[in-house]
Amino acid sequence: MTNIFTLTRRGALSLALGAAAALGMTAPAQAEVSFAGKTIEWIIPFSAGGGSDTWARFNAPLLQKYLPGNPVVVVVNEPGGGSTKGTNLFAARAKPDGLTILGTSGSTQFPYLLGDPRVRYEYKDWKIAMAGPTGGVVYTSPKLGLEKPEDIAKLAGQKLVYASQGATSLDLVPLLGLRLLGLDVQHVFGFKGRGDGRLAFERGETNIDYQTSSAYLKNVVPLVEAGQAVPLFSWGALNEAGDLVRDPTFPDLPHFGEAYQLMTGKAPEGPDYEAYFAFFTAGFPAQKMVFLPKDTSDEIVAAYQAAFEAMKADPDYIANAEAVLGTYGQVTGALADALFEKGTSISPENRQRVVDLLAADYGVKLGD
Amino acid sequence: MAETLLAALSALLSFEHLLYMLLGVSVGLVIGVIPGLGGIAGLSLLIPFLYGMDEISALAMLIGLVAVIPTSDTFSSVLMGIPGSSASQATVQDGFPLARQGQAARALSAAFISSMFGGIFGAIVLTGFVLVARPLILMFSSAELFMLALFGLSMVAVLAGRSLPKGLAACAVGLLIGSIGGAPATGEFRMILGFDYLYDGIPLVIIGLGLFAIPEISDLLRRNAAISSSPPLGAGWLMGFRDWWANIWLSMRCSGIGCMIGAIPGLGGSVVDWIAYGHAVQTCKNPETFGKGDIRGVVAPESANNAMQGGALLPTMLFGIPGSGSMAVFLGGMVLLGIEPGPAMVGADLNITYSVIWSLAVANIMGAGICLLLALPISRLTQIPFQLLAPFMIALIAFAAFQATRDLADLVALLSLGLLGVFMKRFGWPRPALLIGYVLAPQAETFFYQALQFYDWGFVARPGVIIIGLLTLASVVFGLRRRVDDTGHVVSADADLPEGEGGVKSRLPQLAFALAIAGVFVFALSDALGHSFLGAVFPGAVAVIGLVMSAILVPELWRGHRGHVSHFDAELTGDHVGQPGIGSLWGGLAWIGGLVAGTALVGFFLAMIGFFAVFLRVRAGAGWLRTGVLTACAAGFVLVLANALALNFPAGLLQDLVDLPWPFR
Repeated sequence: MTNIFTLTRRGALSLALGAAAALGMTAPAQAEVSFAGKTIEWIIPFSAGGGSDTWARFNAPLLQKYLPGNPVVVVVNEPGGGSTKGTNLFAARAKPDGLTILGTSGSTQFPYLLGDPRVRYEYKDWKIAMAGPTGGVVYTSPKLGLEKPEDIAKLAGQKLVYASQGATSLDLVPLLGLRLLGLDVQHVFGFKGRGDGRLAFERGETNIDYQTSSAYLKNVVPLVEAGQAVPLFSWGALNEAGDLVRDPTFPDLPHFGEAYQLMTGKAPEGPDYEAYFAFFTAGFPAQKMVFLPKDTSDEIVAAYQAAFEAMKADPDYIANAEAVLGTYGQVTGALADALFEKGTSISPENRQRVVDLLAADYGVKLGD
Repeated sequence: MAETLLAALSALLSFEHLLYMLLGVSVGLVIGVIPGLGGIAGLSLLIPFLYGMDEISALAMLIGLVAVIPTSDTFSSVLMGIPGSSASQATVQDGFPLARQGQAARALSAAFISSMFGGIFGAIVLTGFVLVARPLILMFSSAELFMLALFGLSMVAVLAGRSLPKGLAACAVGLLIGSIGGAPATGEFRMILGFDYLYDGIPLVIIGLGLFAIPEISDLLRRNAAISSSPPLGAGWLMGFRDWWANIWLSMRCSGIGCMIGAIPGLGGSVVDWIAYGHAVQTCKNPETFGKGDIRGVVAPESANNAMQGGALLPTMLFGIPGSGSMAVFLGGMVLLGIEPGPAMVGADLNITYSVIWSLAVANIMGAGICLLLALPISRLTQIPFQLLAPFMIALIAFAAFQATRDLADLVALLSLGLLGVFMKRFGWPRPALLIGYVLAPQAETFFYQALQFYDWGFVARPGVIIIGLLTLASVVFGLRRRVDDTGHVVSADADLPEGEGGVKSRLPQLAFALAIAGVFVFALSDALGHSFLGAVFPGAVAVIGLVMSAILVPELWRGHRGHVSHFDAELTGDHVGQPGIGSLWGGLAWIGGLVAGTALVGFFLAMIGFFAVFLRVRAGAGWLRTGVLTACAAGFVLVLANALALNFPAGLLQDLVDLPWPFR
């Protein structure tokens, strides 16, 4: 009897706790913000099926579940212009009512940082709701005489070939990074994605490559085990202070800064490193970001942040997060602010350095 | 392995899984029927529902959809002459003439049976191949891929039409359109004329609809009659089956080609139907009937395009490299289900792989079965006066066109290419040659550049390159001997022409068009000269070839004797000339132009309603009631579709001034 009573009471208790938790999550916003009966458009400036689209479609139902009032959240693809078209549209049209949000990617940040003439948006106007970091691992072919990450210095003077998606794509990060390491890399452009590039590596056409974390775990680790690839370093992650640290997914691999030290004997610094660091941040730790338009009220921003935090405990989130997000949690609050700041800022001099470099060495013109 | 295979099959054959597959198949059939909408739109419709579904059901649903689109897209290709999706452009070539002869049901039946066979063939090949595919796929390096692009281009030899300079010039125009936008080697933006829209190049769906759908719609509108000029010839069901059976070896060869092209990553499936069609022309007896309603011209591409979907699953699942736009969305769906492609798909996750393969086979049977049942009722559409169908077709292709970037510019591009298509049709320029050039331009350029970077000129000595090179050579030789000639009479059927009709004056329109095309080459050349070597060499070389072709063609048009193979103007010698009740060549284009202009003013949705009302009242002469009902049907249908796709219609001036609720926004 007591037993049953205890059970029921426990059941009741957990129910009450659950309800309290649910209330607690939306409490800061509950006073004013409710999206009941509304439809929220989540603008994704990419076509259906890409990484950003998958990321948004993974998040959309969870957002719907945890936003106050359970609005319908639809993903609206507005592709074009390397993601500048949809982002321009958001900048020009979205109203600060929390009903239109934007998901950006590194490919949206890069044209902004490079001063692409098609960009008619200003990141600093917007409020960040969430940032989704990602990471990646650089690996090479054992034919170059390496066995472990510490052998990286053996790459000096060797002729390296890298399969690139283009000098102004996300592959700008390896372009700047490998150059900073003093490596002699021939970048072959025109690949359709990192998977395409990995195929070129497997065919032996290239001898250095990187993959994002989940692709690395799934597709490159078997190559490493078979002795067909040697990991070199991870790009690294950022902590709240904005410092480069080892990637939590690959704690045994040196990060880019450590690799630099192995190559040159000193810590990375100087304008070239700063320029690299801006693009690295925009491309990896701050790759995916969700924004609310200019002048959105703090209550609405808080409601979104609360929802993105709350969804992390959802079983659906836990079940599929790794396949979609890699091994990184989505972040809000101070860390998101730090990533936002670092991932969308570059000094005019450093921008010019990169633009000049691209023009001189790779013939890149950023439109007219 | 056999155990996994059977376990996967029995898991799939539960009621629930089959039900989800049927759902996927149904959506796929509907999407395929609508011209211009393909796998991307269909998968985007289903992906929101993936949440919480079990893996097998979800995969069965997605595969069901992907598998049957190349089956049902045949309806509009055969019945309207409008490619239902990029996979069945070649089916138009002979399927539509068959429909015009009242043999729509026969053509459709043969097409569906070929599709089913191709799909099952693809699944069987996949079953055996999936375990050993990895090393085979890795054998295709950039050098071999470049050669395969050349092999694809060799089909132009078959499809160049009556006049070789015209065919090659059309192909050169296609290659130039395909190289608009960022250069693969340097990212330089070529031939963009200052338009943001052109930075990404012109999307395939716009090219397909502009070149094939708009000229057909314009043409049908002029004649003011039903599509079929003769009464339907029986059910055609059995005859279609017999047609397929008589060509089973052709069907098998084309399925093999389709499967292989789908399986090679980086090639894309957009030209597989043309390659199969070209192959049929090159290898069949009596090739002279192709292009005039030969059933083999339906069997070949339809066998290939369904088989291709099976092949395309290989790189998607084994390497995570989507071979086409719809495979990219399928890949996204897999990731949402928590399935990550990679080597594990033939290891620990082999059961998933096999359930995908079995789904493919079962879905193809379902899809073809449903289509066969629908073939007869749907083929009656060809008996309806076209002016009642036309507004639906025009609204649908406009709707499909702005799926590309969801911008007014899509519609403007559609109209411009439609104009080009109308002229090409009128003057006997082969549109398939342009299309093949367009699709293969980026591949030829990118892979050539990559092969040179990786292997230098030594790449030509690779065994794979030599083999494909010999195949290409054989394809060109056979192709040139057996060119498809689907243009009409060179000289008027009427023997005694009035004085002066054959003179140069009557050829001024075609001469002007040829000069305009030469102008395009001059522009492309001057644009290329402004770029770096790597950005300029491909379009520059193509422009020079185009100019050489123009230099041959223009004198032929100017001075050639009457009846020269290069002379053609449908306005002088077409079947419709001199018949009563023929409307202006510009009528169809003007109506489409009106819809685009209306969209620029008041946004697409309002413009479409206005367009329907005006068209039905003024052009079709319908009563108010009929106009109202048809307009409401169309508006409702477009709304449901747009809502499901989470789509905002292109906005016009009105939307810039006033803030309106969806769907007017």
